[in-house]
Parts: sequence; structure tokens; C-alpha cells
Amino acid sequence: MKVKNRAAKSSLLMAMPMYVFTILFTFGPLIYMFALSFMRRQATWGVINEFYAGNYLRILEPVFSGVFAESFKLALITTFFVTLFGYPFGYFMAKLPPKHKNRAMLLMIVPFWTNSLMRLYGWIIIFRSNGILDSVLIALHLSEKPLRLLYTYPAVVVGMVYVLLPFMIYSVYSSAEKLDWSLVEAARDLGASKTYAFLTISLRLTMPGLLSGIILTFIPSMGLYFIADILGGNKVALVGSIIQEQLLRARDWPFAAALSVALMAATSLTLYLYRRITRSEDLEGLV
Amino acid sequence: MEALLQLEGIEKRFGDTEVLEGINLTVGKGEFITLLGSSGCGKTTTLRIIAGLEVPDGGRVYLSGKDVTNLAPDKRDVNMVFQNYALFPHMNVAENIAYSLRLKKVSKADIKTTVKDALDLVQLPGYESRMPNELSGGQRQRVAIARAVVNKPKILLLDEPLGALDLQLRRQMQKELKRLQTALGITFIYITHDQEEALDMSDRIALMRNGHFEQIASAEEIYNRPKTTYAAQFVGGANIIKGTVKYLKSENAVIEVSGGEIEAKTRGAQIKEGDRVTAAIRGENLEINPASETYSGLAATVTDKSFSGGMLRITARLADNTEITCHRQGIDCQYAAGDNVKLALKDAGAVLVDLEGGI
Repeated sequence: MKVKNRAAKSSLLMAMPMYVFTILFTFGPLIYMFALSFMRRQATWGVINEFYAGNYLRILEPVFSGVFAESFKLALITTFFVTLFGYPFGYFMAKLPPKHKNRAMLLMIVPFWTNSLMRLYGWIIIFRSNGILDSVLIALHLSEKPLRLLYTYPAVVVGMVYVLLPFMIYSVYSSAEKLDWSLVEAARDLGASKTYAFLTISLRLTMPGLLSGIILTFIPSMGLYFIADILGGNKVALVGSIIQEQLLRARDWPFAAALSVALMAATSLTLYLYRRITRSEDLEGLV
Repeated sequence: MEALLQLEGIEKRFGDTEVLEGINLTVGKGEFITLLGSSGCGKTTTLRIIAGLEVPDGGRVYLSGKDVTNLAPDKRDVNMVFQNYALFPHMNVAENIAYSLRLKKVSKADIKTTVKDALDLVQLPGYESRMPNELSGGQRQRVAIARAVVNKPKILLLDEPLGALDLQLRRQMQKELKRLQTALGITFIYITHDQEEALDMSDRIALMRNGHFEQIASAEEIYNRPKTTYAAQFVGGANIIKGTVKYLKSENAVIEVSGGEIEAKTRGAQIKEGDRVTAAIRGENLEINPASETYSGLAATVTDKSFSGGMLRITARLADNTEITCHRQGIDCQYAAGDNVKLALKDAGAVLVDLEGGI
């Protein structure tokens, strides 16, 4: 018993730096931000140290609540497409023979070595009028005039899906790789069609990966604003871009903080509801 | 016996490796047949081809006379007990067993009684709501069997079902499987690499080696009259002696071997004086005597002895270095390593193997 206690003590001691780090750099700023959101801005710079709930009331103004709705919609659309493409990709990647599996994994990871901003600028070259996409489509006679996709909503969705897809693929992949293929064979042997076996066995057993993939996609896509900035011009306004604007240009830190808190609350609420609906106990420690 | 399953010239390759070299097998209704062989001999592939989980590169599979070679596994009246049991981890015991019944749209009440009966059959009553990870190896095994037989398949395929169990449980499950097979009247095709298991349970044994059958026969036949050196050694570990035919004597041949001569059954094979032949002798068919004029037999020198399973195994070496092992009951033994002895053949305990045209 004594030995066990000592072991527990020493492991607590070892974990100390992690606790200190988390408190200093995660909870600290969060509390500061929360406090800030209840203050009033000063006319030029800085904040006035008094309680003020007006920031939150301002969010309810249609201009801002509309942006919230817009962000939510984009996050849903993004998550939908990421799931649509990412699940089969990750699932079939896990079924490849080991040699090809590693190669596919490498192909997926290599783009990560380049900054995602750089990669998004690549999409500008593809999307801009008379860019690569237009030239190819016109050359193939699939389109007669340039589509002018850059700075449109679809371009933003493509960018979002492009950036977030690997998270879903990897998440599904790690789940599907653990799937014991003989279970699917057993299901087939017991009379299940390919579809039924997939639905009752494969999909059910890779559900943790799919769910964490959805969360890994949905949360960032609520906050990602630089994709909309780069590929959407000023046409698609998201919560993230408004926070940035309030913080850096309008210099209204309290309002930016209030928007951030509201965004966090909205995301947390969505996750909570999602968890309630899917009643999922196995999110692999993500939530 | 009515032929239920027929394999005709089944071939299978994985890449450059030829796993099955055109095998033929006929299995009758209600039969318990064992595919016996060491790992990599192609027995699991054969089973998977019968189940439809693998499509052969050549040959046909007939089930009740119908060609099912390219039929999907869910369309075959054949169920399999997987080596690792393959129980669905997210379903409880009842749901596992009911999986195939639900597919057949059996009513809920019927499912409940069928599952209960199946659990009674495998002696796990009341285990309906347990999850697979709450069960022991032996219990999972039983659930896997219940799940496979609940559908009343024509054939039950068992891929080394007892491989992961400890020895005591193995012996117990062997008896139970045999009981189940009799109770259900289903044809069992059973895979094992354990020759004792095969000898104990099967009506017939199909001994496999490198993608072909060495011998397909009853346990008794394979044990007493192995066709090949491999069959003689794999099943029951017989002694192999090479020699030259001295003369023929009715159904037997007298063979000159190192240290003397022995008489072996020819099994009707066409052999003549002077032929080089191979004979198999079971250890229990040899008697060991002191090397004196009073005893006849092969002159040998004791090299080793060991005791296990109530049986004493004395190993002796002939002049040409052929090792011969004699079995006898009890632990008492007056011989020690280095003693000169004579090995006498009891009855007609030797049989010629590796013959062309013999039975």
C-alpha cells in the first residue's frame, strides 16, 4: 500500500509541469477572455474596467447573429462533404495491402509539410477566371465560358473540405484499421449481403472514428476564417473573420472576446446535443 | 452414402504460391471429416473455398449436386466457426446468435426460443445478455458454434476451433463437438493440425500436405495402413525403415534391412525380389529384448528413453543409423543408453508405404 502511494505521488509530480502549463496557457487566457467580454471598450485603445453586458446584447443584432448562422451553415456543409469523401477514403485505405497503405498514408501527409495558407493560394491559381480549372474545362469543351469560381461560396466550401479532409480520413482510417475483417466474413457467412454486413458490422465498428472525424471537422470549421477570406473574398463573412476584424481593426477587444465566448458556447452546445443524440460513449477521448 | 459436397480439381494460387494443386474430395451427409495437416498445407484455404470466402482459380465446388463455385457466401447453406470465433463485439450473445435469424425475418418470439434452444444445446443457458468480452475462451467457442448451427446449415465448417483452448478444455470440447454433431446430424468439416484430435473425432481423415491430399481414409485405415511415409509419420509417428525385398510370402514381403529382416504387408502392390522398399512400423508393434541368441529380431543399440502419457518410449539405433522407437506401457525398463538389444516385430505390424498402385 505504501509503495503504491509513493508511486501515485511520484506520477503526480511528473505530471505537474503539464498541469502548470495547461493552467497558465489554456485556462488563464480563457478566464481572461471571459472577463474581458464583460468590459467596455475605451474610445481609442484598451478597456474600461467596469461590468458591461452590452457586448452580448450586440451579438443578437441581426448583422452578427446572421454571421453566426452563416458560419454554422458552412460548418455543416463542410462536415457533410468531408464525411462523404473522407469516410470511404479512410475505410478503403485501411483495407489496402500494407505496402500500398504506407504509400497512401505518405501521400496524405506530405501536403501537411507545406503551410496550409500556401496550399490555399494554390487553389486561387486553379479557381481564378481563366485559371487552370477554366482552361481545362474549356479545352475539354465541358464549359464555354469561364466559370469565375474564385470568390464564390462553392470555392470556400472546396477550400474548407480540402483543408479538413485529412482529419476525417485519418480518424476513420485508424478506426477501420482495427476492424477485424473476419467479422465481416462471419456476417457474410451467416447470410448477410455486402451492404447489410457493411451497415451492421463495418460501419458500426468504425463509428468511433467517424464520430471523432465529424467533431474534428465541425469544430475547426466553425472557427476557420482565413479560407473564406482567401477564396471567398469579402463575400462570405464568418464569425472568425468578424472576431479578427473587431480585434485588429476596430480594436474592440471586449466585443471580440464576447464573440469568441459565444462561438465557444455555440460549438460546445452543438457537441453536447450531438453526443446526446448519438449517445456515443466511444469518441476515443475526444470530447 | 449420399454425396453432399464435392470438390473437383480445386486449384488456388496466392501470387506465385500454389496453395491447392487440384484437390478432389467427396463428403457424405452426416459425416464428420477432418482436414488434417501442418500449418500452410492449404486446409484453411480449402475450408474458405467451401464457405465461399475464397474463389478457386480452377475446379468446381458442388453442394447437393449444385455447382456453387462462384456463389457468394451468403447464398450457401454452409456455416463456419472461425478460428478466432469472430463474435461481433458490439452485440450480446443473443444478438450474435440471432444475426442470421434476423436476416431471415424470423419473428421475435421464434428468435427468442431458437436462441434459448441453441444456448441450451451448447450448455450456456441464461447467457443471452452477456457481451463477448465477458466470456471465457471456451464460452466464446460455444457461442460461435451456437451462432453457426442456429441456421441449420447443411455443412458446418470448423477452422481449428479448439486451437486457442488449453489441453483440458480441448479434450472436453472434443467430446462435446462429437455429441453436438450426433445430435444435430449436420455434416462437420473440421480442421486441425493435431493428429490425436483427428483420430479421436473423425469418421474420415483427409491428410493434407503442400496443397494435396496424402490419404483420405478412416482413422483406423490411416493409422494401420498409412499410404505414404508422410502419412505414417504425421499420424502416430511411425518408424520408417528402408530395405530390399528378399522374397514374397503370400500377402507379405520379407525385407532385408539393417540388422536383420522383417515381414511387411504388401497391400497388393506389384513388387518383386530385389526392389528397394520402405516400411512403416508402429512403436507399439515392436518388442524389445536383450541381445542374446534366444531372441530373434533386428540388432540395435539403445540411444534414449523417455516417459510420457503412461507410455515408455525407447529409442534404438540400427547399424545403418536408422532410429527406431518402441512403445510400451509402464515406466519400468531394464535397458539403458548403450545397451545392445534386439527389436522383434509383433504380429504383422509392418506395412509397406510409398507404393505405386497399392491400396
